[in-house]
Amino acid sequence: MIEGPRRWKRFTFGQRLARFVVYLVIVAAIVVSLQTIEVIPEFLYDAPEQVADLFARMWPIDWEHYQGPVHEALLETIHIASLGTILALLLALPVGILAAHNLVPFTPINLLAKLILVSSRSVNSLVWALLFVGIFGPGALAGTLAIAFRSIGFVGKLFGEALEEAQPGPIEALSAAGAPWTSRMTYGFWPQVKPAFWSIALFRWDINVRESAVLGLVGAGGIGMVLDSALNLFQWDRVALILVAIVAVVVLAEIVVTQIRRHLI
Amino acid sequence: MSATVAKLPPAFERRWWPRLAALALVVYIVYACGQMEISWQRIEVGLDNAHRFFSRLFPPNFTRWELLVKGLGESLQIAVLASVLGIFLALPLGLAASRNLMPPWLSWPARAIVVAARSFHPVIVAILFVKAVGFGALAGILALTVASIGFIGKLFTEAIEEISPKQVEAVRATGAPFFSMIAFGVLPQVFSRFIGFATYQLDSNLRNSTMVGIVGAGGIGGTLFAAFQRFDYDYVCAILISIISLIMVGELLAMAVRAIFIDNATLSNLFRRRGARIRESHVDDD
Repeated sequence: MIEGPRRWKRFTFGQRLARFVVYLVIVAAIVVSLQTIEVIPEFLYDAPEQVADLFARMWPIDWEHYQGPVHEALLETIHIASLGTILALLLALPVGILAAHNLVPFTPINLLAKLILVSSRSVNSLVWALLFVGIFGPGALAGTLAIAFRSIGFVGKLFGEALEEAQPGPIEALSAAGAPWTSRMTYGFWPQVKPAFWSIALFRWDINVRESAVLGLVGAGGIGMVLDSALNLFQWDRVALILVAIVAVVVLAEIVVTQIRRHLI
Repeated sequence: MSATVAKLPPAFERRWWPRLAALALVVYIVYACGQMEISWQRIEVGLDNAHRFFSRLFPPNFTRWELLVKGLGESLQIAVLASVLGIFLALPLGLAASRNLMPPWLSWPARAIVVAARSFHPVIVAILFVKAVGFGALAGILALTVASIGFIGKLFTEAIEEISPKQVEAVRATGAPFFSMIAFGVLPQVFSRFIGFATYQLDSNLRNSTMVGIVGAGGIGGTLFAAFQRFDYDYVCAILISIISLIMVGELLAMAVRAIFIDNATLSNLFRRRGARIRESHVDDD
């Protein structure tokens, strides 16, 4: 072998091939999508006029409409988000515990719990809302359950991971002292996962406030229902009011969450 | 024996405020349920309905599969194009918004754009774009592009603000111009995190592209909502099964891309150690 200057290569051939395949797939996906997407160019030409028309109709914002329907719908949205989060926390706790291998050292049960969590997360909250509207009829109940079922997967997954990361020392000490299962949970695990639990709960509540604002579009209660009827009647000045209200609530929720997090965690 | 135990102070102090908070929580739940007219009776009626609802949901009806495939294809196109467009727009914006590299007069407007892009749910943004550019896939693409700009822009800015300044200074000390400093000092430090949230965003866009159709912005969502309103439940079931499988395939692909770019996997060990070293996706939602 001739000892030439050794060429340094960062990646092996296989690694470069894998990266190349990913790039190829991305480019192919873009090209295929661009070629086959159905876009009606006529609609695009008058887009600036349409946007101007949109803003002209949105202004002045119909502030008077806030008293009554919008205010109540806004409160309902917050209730949906809060009740949904509480219900999700209650339902996700047992599933999260079952998913944690150090608490339930039995793999089939862990996998079953993880399956529940994955299926909860892979269904969009709007789809959950559709299902619950089909079962319970239109209204806030369907929205609350949709928020709850969508959140179980998120809360349960993060809570289960927090449990699995808990230090085994305090739990071993408790079981060595003969503590029953409930005491091991309340004095061994709970203090360790408490900060994680509260930050997950707050985080999810923040997301749920945003999500519950659109659930009304499929009839599941809250401000989305008022938005839907204003849209169907082309009352754009009311739509503008509702959008402002949604932004205000979302910003408020974020401020509340950051304040609570600062004081509590 | 029991006498000595009783004299010991309790190992764990009992505090009053958790109980008060629990009480307040119960009061709130009762109050909110009353406000929203949620009662046990309604739940009972609903559970009765559930039986009928699920019996009409199954078996799923795949006879109109052409419409289904067309809708899913459009959702995929929306997701791909919105992710590409969103990422391309978000990168310069995220760079401009990072306070450690850019002057305040540039970073604050860029931050404002990113915050504005995040303030609405994608479905609401889709409503506005349907008005602006009409019904169809273009509105969906634009709505999800805005969502992508908001998410990627925010995370990219945070990633850049957390980089180590040493490498940047080293590149700058060699007299490198600004763009070389970005390309060789900044981007390599944030590349793996960028892959993480780009794949996450593609995943999230795929989920949302199946939903924006509810407001007329293209994709399978329109078909789903129309079938639901016609009480065509067995077709709804078929659509839902297809959407969920599409999303799961998308999640697997995202995991594969993360494994290749972050863990330097090759194609063959992608299949061999499946799931063993997969990184966690970014924790956020939709």
